[in-house]
Amino acid sequence: MSEITNQVRVGETKAHAEPISYGKYVLVWLGLIALTCTTAAVAGIDLAAFTLVAALLIAVTKASMVVNIFMHIKFEDKIFKVFLGIAGFTIFVIFTLTFMDVFFRR
Amino acid sequence: MEKTESHAEHLHRDEKSAKMGMWLFLLTELLLFTGLFLMYSVYRYLNTADFHRAGLETHTLFGTVNTMVLLTSSLTMVLSIAAIQRGRKWLSVGFLSSTILLGLAFLVIKLFEWSLEINEGLFPGSQVLLSKPNGEILFFGLYYTMTGLHGLHVLAGMIVLIFMLVFMLRDKITKDDYIKLENAGLYWHLVDIIWIFLFPLFYLIN
Repeated sequence: MSEITNQVRVGETKAHAEPISYGKYVLVWLGLIALTCTTAAVAGIDLAAFTLVAALLIAVTKASMVVNIFMHIKFEDKIFKVFLGIAGFTIFVIFTLTFMDVFFRR
Repeated sequence: MEKTESHAEHLHRDEKSAKMGMWLFLLTELLLFTGLFLMYSVYRYLNTADFHRAGLETHTLFGTVNTMVLLTSSLTMVLSIAAIQRGRKWLSVGFLSSTILLGLAFLVIKLFEWSLEINEGLFPGSQVLLSKPNGEILFFGLYYTMTGLHGLHVLAGMIVLIFMLVFMLRDKITKDDYIKLENAGLYWHLVDIIWIFLFPLFYLIN
């Protein structure tokens, strides 16, 4: 019994670990705004096929900043990362299989 | 007996599970939008030139401003949680209210943008749109479906946040128990992330 209580306590303190400072959040936000300006500016330049890749790379970077810091995934238990990993892999498989069909259909 | 049980329940507030449940729900939301993104990708691949032409007609400025508005609302959301963690209730209330107002601003900007496009005759089933090639019709169909569904999520998020505001004012969300606010925040950020991907796909085709 006491062991269980202990475990729960450990879980609780972990969920409430060191709060992140206001400043760090503001810095991440500044980074996100800067990336938005970059992606809007880069879109005006003709990089041919690379335009879409650049825009998506910037979007992925922004999303990972939001997921890791704002959504706290960086500081969560491993199981949360496993959840996200499985979801990401599923999406990857769905896209790959669909595009195999699109590319090779006659 | 009953009394001890309820007491024990109170002690064992399982916040990790609450958060886990929220994440599982968020992943179902992600898969919902994945279906739409998949459709967009395939149609764009099959109608590259049409998507290009149609993409020029969306208003990049509206999209960019709305991206900034939503990113800022995500910031005020985390700041609201950071404030309640430090026991600063009114600061937290202020940040949370700002988040809701920024969500409203996003929807108002969206409304102006859509009105402008509808006035130009660019809406599903319009004569102007139907006279265009298939790829452009598909683009605008996807544009209205995806940004529309996203807009509904913003609205839903705002309603959830208004509930959180009431909870906070009634001291149901406090320094020691703010998991509700955290989970509501997770939802809000997910909506932000979806917009991060919608933005380049619909507004940054030049």
